[in-house]
Amino acid sequence: MSVELFVFWMLALVAVASAVLVISAKNPVHSVLFLILCFFNAAGLFVLIGAEFLAMVLVVVYVGAVAVLFMFVVMMLDINFVRLREGFLNYLPIGGLVGLVLLAELVLVGASWALKEPAIAAAPATAELDNTRALGRVLYTEHFLVFQIAGFVLLVSIIGAIALTLRERVGVKRQDIARQVHRRPAETLVLERVEPGKGV
Amino acid sequence: MAELFASTIWPVTVLVFQILLIVVPLLFAVAYLTYAERKVIAAMQLRQGPMVVGPYGLLQPLADGLKLFVKETVIPTGANKVVFLLAPMITFILALIGWAVIPFGDGLVLADINVGVLYLFAVSSLGVYGIIMAGWASNSRYAFLGALRSSAQMVSYEIAIGLIIISVLISAESLNLSEIVRAQGEQGWYVFWHFPMFVIFLVSILAETNRHPFDLPEDESSLVTGYNVEYSSMTFALFFLGEYANMILMSAIASVLFLGGWLPPLQVWPLTWIPGPLWFILKICLVLFVFIWARATLPRYRYDQLMRLGWKVLLPLSLAWVVLTAGVVVAFRHLPA
Repeated sequence: MSVELFVFWMLALVAVASAVLVISAKNPVHSVLFLILCFFNAAGLFVLIGAEFLAMVLVVVYVGAVAVLFMFVVMMLDINFVRLREGFLNYLPIGGLVGLVLLAELVLVGASWALKEPAIAAAPATAELDNTRALGRVLYTEHFLVFQIAGFVLLVSIIGAIALTLRERVGVKRQDIARQVHRRPAETLVLERVEPGKGV
Repeated sequence: MAELFASTIWPVTVLVFQILLIVVPLLFAVAYLTYAERKVIAAMQLRQGPMVVGPYGLLQPLADGLKLFVKETVIPTGANKVVFLLAPMITFILALIGWAVIPFGDGLVLADINVGVLYLFAVSSLGVYGIIMAGWASNSRYAFLGALRSSAQMVSYEIAIGLIIISVLISAESLNLSEIVRAQGEQGWYVFWHFPMFVIFLVSILAETNRHPFDLPEDESSLVTGYNVEYSSMTFALFFLGEYANMILMSAIASVLFLGGWLPPLQVWPLTWIPGPLWFILKICLVLFVFIWARATLPRYRYDQLMRLGWKVLLPLSLAWVVLTAGVVVAFRHLPA
């Protein structure tokens, strides 16, 4: 068995095992931690097929940003772990159905992939063109419109999130840096000579 | 057997040796960075600093290490044991694995990968996990508040760092750290071309490593010591080592991205005679001095001021700089179609 194959099996096994643990772990925080482990192994698999850019982006975006937010939310929640498990059997049929549909679709995709001519390699094998450059050339030329639309969707969602959470509160004292910096001693300071035995 | 030796065992042995060649001097540097910090701050405050253990207090780091090593590891009863012990390990390991892609000289790099910058960015963005896990697993309010503060802070300043890195990438046209240094050899150091970004980068790495004046997670006066309040002995030592190793790593990134890595300032005789790795180490020490200098001279930021600086000042500035850099590159340089 070659080293590469060994590494593949190790990454794949850990990925699947941690994915199972994500849904079976009792503590939601542990679930998030297993999710992170799963992302890591997926990134390792990307590296193995030569898609190092995608691997790093997966780690930066999903592990470095998305999972941190998950973690935040899960840690702040005050969850009763026992109550959480109660409805498990009630949800089992519909959950199983969703899982079955996903599995069937994955099998179909895999089958069509296997039957098709191997026209597209997983990663460009050219020596002079590394994978970041190759991705960039395709993304900014052929798929430029889709890329821009994706950017706009993200922008809209950012504005939407801000609009949903922003509320004007009255009576909040805010620091206005510009006003602070432009303050002159003459506006704020009054020097008075106080006579002994008298107030100001 | 001989084939297996040649194909697998020998390369792995060489690799382990190379890793040790990086990690052992790094740990030594971490130990003496704590010493240097105390000495520099002492000098700035007209004191002497550690003077008792060994000549000029030179053995102080070893004494500190020994003290932490022989103490008892206390695990709070309410703590989540596995996560509690995992957190310092993650912090420490993340501070070490970043060094895999740092080029110490021309070709002197453990893993010369094409996406080196992204790798470093990924590693530094993972640093938040050690802290947030420690804060949660400690089952203590102070630790949790410290962890929340520090993760919000690290996520905020990462954005500025990412945008600054993009400006550098646009200029160097590569994600490979060695290529970035070589590009600086041809174009001049980026500290000159991207000087405002260099300043913002320094500010951001202070925040990213939770150092003064942005050390809110360790705010003694309001949070005791923040996320590591429940840690003792070796678990605490790992956090401590991780923090300092992270400082050195961030300084190394700053030297690679802006200060020309292993290149001498001028290609003239007495300067080119000094080997590249030595230049690199000198530059790292220079940035580290800024870290310590900031700690000795600046008061701590208030939390809302810290957030305002990150989101309303550094982020728009670095974003504008990305647009400017891209515009200049498109206007003055031939780009491949």
